[in-house]
Amino acid sequence: MYLDHAATTAIRPEAVSAYLRGIEEANANASGTHGAARAAKNALEQARERAAELLGSSRPDEIVFTSGGTESDNLAVIGAARASGRSDVLVSAIEHKAVLEAASHLESMGCGLSMVGCDHDGVVRPPAVAAAAEGRDLALVSVMAANNEVGTVQPIAEIADAARSGSPGALVHSDAVQAFVGEDISIESTNVDLLSLAAHKFGGPKGVGLLHVRSGIELDPILHGGAQEAGRRSGTSNVPGVMAMVAAMEAVVRGRDRFSTVVGDERDAFESALGERIPSTVITASGARRMPHFSHVRFRGLSAETLLIRLDQAGIHAAAGSACQSGAVEPSHVLSAMGMTAEAAGECVRFSFGWNTDVGDGTEAANAVAEVVEAL
Amino acid sequence: MRALVAMSGGVDSSVAAALMLDQGFDVIGVTLKQWEGPDGAMPVSGCCTLSDAEDARRVAAQLGVPYYVLDYVEEFTAAVVEPFADGYLNGLTPNPCIECNRKVRFHALLDRTMELGCDVLVTGHHARVVDDHGVYRLRKAVDGSKDQSYVLHMLDQAALGRIRLPVGEMTKQEVRQRAGELGLRTASKPDSQDICFVTSGDYRDFLRNRIPEVAAQGEILDIDGQVVGHHDGTAGFTIGQRKGLGVAVGEPRYVVDIAPREQTITIGTHADLLTSSCTATDMSFTHDPLAAGDRVEVKVRYRSEPVPAVVAGAGPLWTFTFDEPIPRPAPGQAVVAYDGEYVLGGGTIVDDRVASSQ
Repeated sequence: MYLDHAATTAIRPEAVSAYLRGIEEANANASGTHGAARAAKNALEQARERAAELLGSSRPDEIVFTSGGTESDNLAVIGAARASGRSDVLVSAIEHKAVLEAASHLESMGCGLSMVGCDHDGVVRPPAVAAAAEGRDLALVSVMAANNEVGTVQPIAEIADAARSGSPGALVHSDAVQAFVGEDISIESTNVDLLSLAAHKFGGPKGVGLLHVRSGIELDPILHGGAQEAGRRSGTSNVPGVMAMVAAMEAVVRGRDRFSTVVGDERDAFESALGERIPSTVITASGARRMPHFSHVRFRGLSAETLLIRLDQAGIHAAAGSACQSGAVEPSHVLSAMGMTAEAAGECVRFSFGWNTDVGDGTEAANAVAEVVEAL
Repeated sequence: MRALVAMSGGVDSSVAAALMLDQGFDVIGVTLKQWEGPDGAMPVSGCCTLSDAEDARRVAAQLGVPYYVLDYVEEFTAAVVEPFADGYLNGLTPNPCIECNRKVRFHALLDRTMELGCDVLVTGHHARVVDDHGVYRLRKAVDGSKDQSYVLHMLDQAALGRIRLPVGEMTKQEVRQRAGELGLRTASKPDSQDICFVTSGDYRDFLRNRIPEVAAQGEILDIDGQVVGHHDGTAGFTIGQRKGLGVAVGEPRYVVDIAPREQTITIGTHADLLTSSCTATDMSFTHDPLAAGDRVEVKVRYRSEPVPAVVAGAGPLWTFTFDEPIPRPAPGQAVVAYDGEYVLGGGTIVDDRVASSQ
């Protein structure tokens, strides 16, 4: 039973066929001059046009294809900050490591780094952003669209306004890697300047993502070489990967209504059935708006590390915190920012559903999890 | 039956996992993350590194068993690393492997073994657990040159009953051969020698960074208190050390005392180093406790032969009188009592002079 879609969700059949079409028909190096290269380049640019449309933009040149979420976040934070002529950045305390570590890299190069916290429900409050930005010449403010551990949806449009009111001229970036699958999010809908996506979080393959960059914003590249992607990202274009990602984006946009209803209902059914059988469970951030597929649960008195292994033994795939390099469960900076004690944080497990979750899956999952917990 | 195998990424624990499968157990492999850098990453040098975990993960996959990394950083730091550093500050030569076995591996991890629904905890230690008509005895390994029973002396009946040490029945060569037959990537991996949480290669550097007092220059004294030289920090010395003293006198000289707070080292002749007894605290027994007058053999350091001794004082401080004087053991190391092949118990050596003044 796969309940870890927030880590990587199932690949969509549309993405598989687009990928196969890509490697069969557009596998040449898109930078070449011959016919096969033109075919690849054409497929790439067609995908770019469609990606822009799906993100509500009429400017395909706003789309920079990358190797995934981490690269998009690094390019946004480091590339935009460096090109802006200003030096300080402000990020939220609950960002993904890709943003936090990119920002701390800037700090090690002499830039100012400050952080804005979140409330007990894992939501970054716009007034807090305004206060943190007040009177500073910030290069960039980065706040994610939805948190990757607890699934809280951030009020990004208000946060962007707050950031600019505090520090006029600041660029605003949002890591929408977890949000895009279930939220109608774009730089247009949120009024941010830069938006990161990763294909494998919404049904595309790994190793491909994009950064949507509002027209007129300069980026210093972080990868240097053959100047692909209009000089913003060097490296041979991953045409089949991009085609598969855009096919998955099409499927996301078509399936969003179903995602927020069916998948959201199953999540709700999961939580209420689990709560009935295991009354000691506490749903994290239940007071906040959450992504429909996220369920972050504290099991009072149980070690998440033990529970995850017992769940795995029963064939139930879930997650806790974020896995480090070695696969050990690390103490979560997100839960700590939410004011949770280390003890409570060590009792939390993340279950996440996906686009292929079907009616009845939520209750079935709750019963399977409850069985493992009851046996402990 | 289900076995939790603590896999370090070395050849012994790799083969231990394979042997448990042969015995018909369901196996779960785990690596303990015990130490980390400031960024939370696993260390890249020393033992228990990220690449060791990758080796363990790969071996588990080759054997077809599930594998997890468990976070024991907090327990390990509190139970092993901090006492190690504090010990040096008090002139001790602590044995971190023993403290790890006592408090982490065969305590916290043993509890976790049961929580995970496993029946036994398995490690790749070279020693044997023998079921002697319902009494579990801890026995030296088949391969005497690899015997690790010394660092396992704290195991009691409750622990021994839930532990399996399958590679203790084999020679190291047999272990490597078995790993080779199974095609495990750890088959020819060298044995680890380092202290696992000392990542920079030398435990003295670790201590100098952690406790500046033991890195401060100081005086080398002779047995009468006369200054005969200078040293670059007490962390560089252990009781009985002969090399690297930097003092040129006729007869060989040995470290006979370390006083980190005074930042002095005292050296003396071999005769000055000899002692006829040692005192231990925190004694534990694998089964029945020892009593005054018992004749035993004792090991006072990991790499030394057992010597005959008599239990002269039995608790709370324990004194062992040696039949023949031996070079003074280093306080902080363990004294382990044997009856031939079998471990009877052990404790932590304390400074005789401090002990007698108490």
